[in-house]
Amino acid sequence: MKKIEAIIRPARLEAVKEALGKYGINGMTVTHVTGCGLQKGKTEVYRGSQYTIDLLPKVKVEIVVLDKDVDEAINLILREARTGSIGDGKIFVYNIENAIRIRTGEMGEAAI
Amino acid sequence: MQISRCRIGLVLLFVSVMLFFPSVAWAGEPTAASNATALDTVWTLIAAFLVFIMQAGFAMVETGFTQAKNAANIVMKNLIDFCSGSIIYWLVGFAIMFGVDAGGFIGTTGWGTTGTFEHLGLEIPLYAFLIFQTVFCATAATIVSGAMAERTKFVAYLIYSIFISAVIYPVVGHWAWGGGWLSQRGFIDFAGSTVVHSVGGWTALVGAAMVGPRRGKFGPDGSVRAIPGHSITLGALGVFLLWFGWFGFNPGSTLSGTTPDIARIAVTTNLAAAAGAFGGLILPWLRFGKPDVSLTLNGTLGGLVGITAGTAAVSPLGAVIIGFLSGCVTALGVEFMDKVLKVDDPVGAVSVHGFSGAFGTIMVGLFAVEGGLFYGGGVSLLITQLIGVAAVFAWTVLTAAILFAIIKVTVGLRVSEEEESEGLDIYEHGIQAYGDFVMRGTQVH
Repeated sequence: MKKIEAIIRPARLEAVKEALGKYGINGMTVTHVTGCGLQKGKTEVYRGSQYTIDLLPKVKVEIVVLDKDVDEAINLILREARTGSIGDGKIFVYNIENAIRIRTGEMGEAAI
Repeated sequence: MQISRCRIGLVLLFVSVMLFFPSVAWAGEPTAASNATALDTVWTLIAAFLVFIMQAGFAMVETGFTQAKNAANIVMKNLIDFCSGSIIYWLVGFAIMFGVDAGGFIGTTGWGTTGTFEHLGLEIPLYAFLIFQTVFCATAATIVSGAMAERTKFVAYLIYSIFISAVIYPVVGHWAWGGGWLSQRGFIDFAGSTVVHSVGGWTALVGAAMVGPRRGKFGPDGSVRAIPGHSITLGALGVFLLWFGWFGFNPGSTLSGTTPDIARIAVTTNLAAAAGAFGGLILPWLRFGKPDVSLTLNGTLGGLVGITAGTAAVSPLGAVIIGFLSGCVTALGVEFMDKVLKVDDPVGAVSVHGFSGAFGTIMVGLFAVEGGLFYGGGVSLLITQLIGVAAVFAWTVLTAAILFAIIKVTVGLRVSEEEESEGLDIYEHGIQAYGDFVMRGTQVH
């Protein structure tokens, strides 16, 4: 089992969610985050003084999938989240030691 | 420090002289007539100040019903349409609306309130009348920002606000209130369901249609997606402020603080608002299973808009009926806009002001105690009301379409895709309305 953590543009969330859902991945955790990478911040002027907005709003999508689904899930996310401009985001893949469904107590792959 | 006796003596002399001659009033002898005029003036001014607070009402409703990332932009649009309207109406609009009539169509004198306005037969000072009319004009103008929210360029909106206050609104105002052809026909629109609200509502309809829906509002299969506002509390505050201001809007239109009518008008206004709330409450509750806060708030406003034409002409019972039906019209109108017309109106401005404004105006033809169909007055008033509603619709839609078309091909009407998804606050104004709060809703659009 792997956890896929994708940091994407907020505007691409719906498309990513829909594509994952169609593939069969319906469980996910979504958080609003701010971050920076290659995409530089914006410099704005407030009441005559400059200030920089370094951290830009993004959305973090976390899904835990079976090993066999990892490649396809990554491809889906890449396809839907990519715009071609700097600031599209990143995907990280983690190993998962265990997964448990709270309601039933199922463990391992049955919990996904 | 010792005050000299000389000084004390002088003061005592002065005071006793003043007491001895009580009729030495600083402003001349007050008469019953001048007192009446003073009362009328004070009342008109207070009413004007009440209508002014409706600007805050509109700002809060529009901010509350839209997303946080655009809040500063909405506030800016609301602020600026009042300010540009105030100035251009004083320079141009007031003359078109109340200048000496030409052909029943337009006023032609009084630019910058110069010259004479004797033909109006005003008892109150001209400036009291001017400021009262200015806040009414500003009410019509500010309706549009809600319908075009979240995707319209600020500069485009600024240009629009100048022209609605300079031409579109004043011409209609002249027809109905400035001695024009509608008033000559006996058209009744006491405080402006048609003149103010439907003009704003129809302009909003054209503007919203021409700028296009927000990205993500309509799915590729035509399905409608909800884009919830970020603060129902601000929206509710706005509605209460508007309701409060309407106590100036309707009773103030008597321009007289000495007529007992203002009391009855306040009652019809309040009853219609309350009934309108139920219109927005009950219908959606029955259809969708839960009382919807935003539609109830909209319904309240719809009731207020609906009664504005007949507020002096109908009975309290008539006000309840008109208010309730206007609330229903508003609630149904919101769905109609989304599902049938497919025009995205984030705050329901077209339904509240356009549909209910027209509806309420027509209802006067039925419910007017003097001349209404239900009171044995026949259909002539009803027909006049219908003609007025239709004529104003035609004029407003035509001029608004031309105005927005010109803006579209010159400075452009709509912001870029990137700007729309990141929020207008940053791109148009370089700030965020809620800089310190982490205002993150559940939807990302």
